[in-house]
Amino acid sequence: MLKSRIIPTLLIKDKGLVKSTNFKDFKYVGDPLNAVRIFNEKNVDELIVLAIDATANGVEPDFKLIEHLAAECRMPLCYGGGITTVEQAGKILSLGVEKISLGSAAIENPELIQEMSRNFGAQSISVVLDVKKRMLGSKYYCFIKNATQNSKLDPVDFALKCQRLGAGEIVLNSIDQDGTMQGYDIALIGKLRSSLTIPLTVMGGAGSFEELKKINHKFYPIGMAAGSLFVFKGKYRAVLISYPTLEEKSLVLD
Amino acid sequence: MIGILNYGLGNIKAFKNVFDKEHIDSMYVNENEDFSKVSKIILPGVGAFDYAMERLEASGLLETLNKCVLNDKIPVLGVCVGMQMMADSSEEGSKSGLGWIKGTVKKINIEKKYPLPHMGWNQLKIVKNHEIMRSLSDNSEFYFLHSYHVEVEDEYVLAISNYGESICSVINKENVYGMQCHPEKSHQYGIQFLKNFAML
Repeated sequence: MLKSRIIPTLLIKDKGLVKSTNFKDFKYVGDPLNAVRIFNEKNVDELIVLAIDATANGVEPDFKLIEHLAAECRMPLCYGGGITTVEQAGKILSLGVEKISLGSAAIENPELIQEMSRNFGAQSISVVLDVKKRMLGSKYYCFIKNATQNSKLDPVDFALKCQRLGAGEIVLNSIDQDGTMQGYDIALIGKLRSSLTIPLTVMGGAGSFEELKKINHKFYPIGMAAGSLFVFKGKYRAVLISYPTLEEKSLVLD
Repeated sequence: MIGILNYGLGNIKAFKNVFDKEHIDSMYVNENEDFSKVSKIILPGVGAFDYAMERLEASGLLETLNKCVLNDKIPVLGVCVGMQMMADSSEEGSKSGLGWIKGTVKKINIEKKYPLPHMGWNQLKIVKNHEIMRSLSDNSEFYFLHSYHVEVEDEYVLAISNYGESICSVINKENVYGMQCHPEKSHQYGIQFLKNFAML
């Protein structure tokens, strides 16, 4: 049977690899291509690469970098950041990327999803939702522009809309949990998982393999993405790229 | 020499990387003259059925490709949508397929039990022995990324996978081979499969 996916997420800013906490406090953790080479050796399920400064800077995706990443990557690759047109998506897929990911662009122009899905198939179109809980109460909202702007959209409603328009995957990213390693937002995941019929990948807060095991058990089949868990080691967050070994993985996905 | 068909779709670099790493000669087939230099062909594919067929038609390579496969009987491996294109037609689109293997492409029937697309790592169940499955077993895991699957006569099925229903994951008729999952992105098992194809 299909297995849940364990997915390292790499964030790119100013051509370097960074890791954030709550979408702020960026720490430089290395060179993206070097990280991909290390993950290659670890038989990673899939890789998500997000250029987090592309939309904010209003620039096109860095096709040269994407080409290098795709050429290097021996596992399936999902790329996001700065994609605003069907042509850009087509170009990225032709460079050897399996899936493209839309963020702010999907919220500002949802029809983009439909057009891309029609051309490239649902399986290649993923939408990342950056979600934040209100300080008071239990309501969640989708944010755009690196969590600086509240779109006022409800994550479940909007995820269902993406699904209807032909998205093939929702990547649910918790702004509150990002970089904390304090655990995924289970309540939020539950809301989306029970509503969607397309694959869901969750991101933000993973701090241990036990956490992954718990999520897999509760929400199988699911994609479990993590940044800090796979780039930091120890209390002082030393940079060390890691990934569960085959044995550890089979325990997690048991 | 293995020719990787370059018609603007699919992960041609990933195939090239695997072959380079395994010291297997390979090249991109960019124009009709290139077909004479290759003894095997890979037909990659990502995307929607009609879009892929349109791109193949627009590439100008289709006629020579058909001749190589149907007349010269050069071994050809279609991957993902590349495999689906080898059938007659697809529910996903309105264009005709290549018709190399009698069959149709249908949407996976998951009966709402599992998410669709079928996305991630799944096992093969080998139903027929063949050189191309050498050193692979029922525990071999491959990466899948699709919502549609090929339905062909049982005699052409080498391996199936289970996702709500049985999916043909590897098919073969004479010199025509198809794999629904992505060997170029499936680590050691994928490399083994591509090596097996190269050795045929």
